[in-house]
Amino acid sequence: MTSPLEQKKIKIAGPSVVTANRTWDGIVVYRTAAKSWSPDLSEAAIVRNSDEAKALLAESVADDVGAIGPYIAPVQIGADGKIEPGNLREQIRRTGLTIGQPAQA
Amino acid sequence: MYAYDEIDRTLVNERVSEFRDQVKRRLSGELTEDEFKILRLQNGVYLQLHAYMFRVAIPYGTLASNQLRALAHVARKYDRGYGHFTTRQNIQFNWIKLAELPDALADLAEVGIHAMQTSGNNMRNVTSDQWAGVAPGEIEDPRIWSELIRQHTTLHPEFSFLPRKFKIAITASDHDRAAIKIHDIGLRLIKNEKGETGFEVLVGGGLGRTPFIGKTIKHFVHGRDILSYIEAILRVYNQYGRRDNIYKARIKILVHELGIEKFSREVEDEWQYIRNSSLQIDDEVIEDIRSRFAYPAYEKLPHMPDELRQAAADPDFEAWRKNSVAPHKVQGYSIVTISLKPIGAPPGDATAEQMDALADLADRYSFGEIRVGHEQNLALPHVAKRDLPALWKALDKLGLATPNVNLITDIIACPGLDYCSLANARSIPIAQELTRRFANHELANLIGRLHINISGCINACGHHHVGHIGILGVEKNGEEVYQITIGGRADEGAALGNLIGPGVKFDEVADVIEDVVEAYLALRERPEELFIDTVKRLGVEPFKERVYATR
Repeated sequence: MTSPLEQKKIKIAGPSVVTANRTWDGIVVYRTAAKSWSPDLSEAAIVRNSDEAKALLAESVADDVGAIGPYIAPVQIGADGKIEPGNLREQIRRTGLTIGQPAQA
Repeated sequence: MYAYDEIDRTLVNERVSEFRDQVKRRLSGELTEDEFKILRLQNGVYLQLHAYMFRVAIPYGTLASNQLRALAHVARKYDRGYGHFTTRQNIQFNWIKLAELPDALADLAEVGIHAMQTSGNNMRNVTSDQWAGVAPGEIEDPRIWSELIRQHTTLHPEFSFLPRKFKIAITASDHDRAAIKIHDIGLRLIKNEKGETGFEVLVGGGLGRTPFIGKTIKHFVHGRDILSYIEAILRVYNQYGRRDNIYKARIKILVHELGIEKFSREVEDEWQYIRNSSLQIDDEVIEDIRSRFAYPAYEKLPHMPDELRQAAADPDFEAWRKNSVAPHKVQGYSIVTISLKPIGAPPGDATAEQMDALADLADRYSFGEIRVGHEQNLALPHVAKRDLPALWKALDKLGLATPNVNLITDIIACPGLDYCSLANARSIPIAQELTRRFANHELANLIGRLHINISGCINACGHHHVGHIGILGVEKNGEEVYQITIGGRADEGAALGNLIGPGVKFDEVADVIEDVVEAYLALRERPEELFIDTVKRLGVEPFKERVYATR
């Protein structure tokens, strides 16, 4: 769960996606193969090596108006092809707080 | 309450217009994120895990009821119905949309609230004792001086691009509720032998990756010279503070590396240039600020009214009164701390409904005034003792009468990995579980005063270094691991806690804390010996032995 803000090099150990926050409202989004952003992880473009990751990240960074702070995040792909976040941080970003919100309490 | 003048109102409104234009240009693509980031940070806007986070300043922790209602309004209209009170007298909204931020700021500006300098490498919100102006034995109201410094440092060009953020806290009481020793500059109001008001000045305190307790740089600086002395410190910091390494950029590192004597000489040299300048404060300036603080028209009331005598028969009321109600400087009145730490809830959070209702209670029982403390609780500073039973009942209905102030479930916690982009581990679920473990009030009372502070990363927003028990979440091989320290404190005897041993996993934290507490109960010499004193007397070893003997 090392903060992506501390990522120095692009080195991926398995399937990964590029994620960011949408500029106008800040929600979590993923870069798609159609060169846009989606809040749905299942629509994310999957990269499997450093070169692919670099290319996807470069394209994402260039779309500065669409989303901010793009970075590469690990995912796991199940036998059924379902994409799941690869660590707790990304799990929390995808599914929300692990606690109830006070207004809902 | 402090009444802002036309200059303040104009400044705040102009800032909203300026930021509205900046947001518009950002959303149109005219500004890149790189260009915009510093502008949003200077207006308290961070990017967190799920959304933008908006941090609003509550200068020296003082709020009027209409201001609290405005915060409730922002929570309801622009966020998800709640806000989070921080350890530096700010409130944070976690789900704000950038496109709506200018409107939220405009709504807050109507009641004189802003978010200037709640982020970025500048002078942050000047904090103070949440009991300022009402604490018995106080030298004088520290908010007057806080306000002076706030005015001088707001948008000050020389302090807008410091090597790193800069925090000042002020206390005027013997018991330090403002945690001045863990601030970049800590100010303690004192009187000299002539009876003149001045300050003991501390410098170089701070937590984070490299924690230090502040050191006294000058034992007495006259009140009239305080701005020039602070400015001299900041000039030395601005000149020599490191900008090449963010981890070494805070003033605490400079003070540590130069040594307090050399640092102090540099400050003294700089001070001589500016001491007798326009920075010298005339008495009239202080009096003008003082006159803008409206103090309540207190009634002459008995020390022990009948209402209080009768309510004392109710053990639930007494349990709350014992921990939540403190003496006031005016006879017949009390200071009431409102716990934002209900059992099982995130520390420091309040819903819009609670904020609105508290504003109404403040109007009814506290001359329309609310305070925010660094422990993430609120306070009503002027409650007539006769009103305490009625207030307690009203707070209880709102879920705000948990009788745990200063007890083990009165936990300070940062937002942690549930919200924060810097965090490595979760803080809030740890706090929630601990409050459930120690929910029994009789047990919590038996344990007595014990502060648990939790941070979800080394940046230490949860002040873990100075918790009687500190819990620091880190990441190890992809797992959340928590390091436990004991013996820290943030008050006038400020000290950093010591590690008791290897980190423990998320699911083990509450068990370990139970072991530490059980060890304390077995080791204390008498019931009055506080946890912190037992640790001081015996050191870490007996606690370490207890925790790790079976692990």
